[in-house]
Amino acid sequence: MSKAVSALDGATFEGFAKVAETGLRGMITVRGDLASKEMAAAVKATTGAAVPAQRKVVTGDKGAVAWMSPDELLVVVDYDQAEAAVAQMNEALKGSHALVANVSDARAVFRLTGDGNRDVLAKLAPVDFAHEAFGADDIRRSRIAQVPAAVWGNADGSFEVICFRSVAQYVFDVLKVSAEVGGEVNHLG
Amino acid sequence: MLTLQCPYCGVWAEETELHAEGEAHLKRHGPGSADHDFESYLFMRENPKGVHFERWRHASGCGKFFHAARCTMTLEVFGTYPAQTLEPPQDIKDKITAKYPGWTWREFS
Repeated sequence: MSKAVSALDGATFEGFAKVAETGLRGMITVRGDLASKEMAAAVKATTGAAVPAQRKVVTGDKGAVAWMSPDELLVVVDYDQAEAAVAQMNEALKGSHALVANVSDARAVFRLTGDGNRDVLAKLAPVDFAHEAFGADDIRRSRIAQVPAAVWGNADGSFEVICFRSVAQYVFDVLKVSAEVGGEVNHLG
Repeated sequence: MLTLQCPYCGVWAEETELHAEGEAHLKRHGPGSADHDFESYLFMRENPKGVHFERWRHASGCGKFFHAARCTMTLEVFGTYPAQTLEPPQDIKDKITAKYPGWTWREFS
């Protein structure tokens, strides 16, 4: 089997904030009735987490689950666990109207760390990134410059941006420009 | 700039995150319908100066279609509501009536 590589193979950029591609990650799109007990059981068994509330991320011992829309979740696990997780969820959701798909190789993930990482994002997305409006375990699907992306906050103050793999270079480039030294805004802190 | 609240994900989304999808509450006339009905379903649209009902899609967000009631003249938004409905909810109609007594839009008033 060929060796799997992430979109930009861990590219990094150090400006006033740091932008880094996080490498391979297992991502599974799940659609179905989020309120059903089958869904709750499937998510619990795969990640150890509960089904998240609107625009929230819940982290369990085996992975994380993010709320994407009223009928869609994103399950995040280790890259090499993704296929097994898909099989496990399909088994748990058998008989109910649901879809489980491994999208690990169709996405790219970037992590933004350092002071001013909120400003880096605020320059690119029409989203309120103020501390009181957007914090840890919040997720927001929006756009980064001209392409769709999702952003979530981590407990350590960093942010992660998920985009389609086909636009990974574009997203990395605009994040780079936004994080360039000389472009500090010092607004959101 | 127009800012609408998506009734599905609760986000206050501004215009660039949304996509306008034309008029709301169209009644479809398909194969077998009268020529006149089919033509009006395809082509005839309201273009009011005032109260209007539109369909929007939260394109760079949750991806869902929803409806919005707003005034095309003042850009006042009376409210947004899910697309799984055949007519605007009563509370939105009441809000419009308070502002524009006697308003009509297609068969609604």
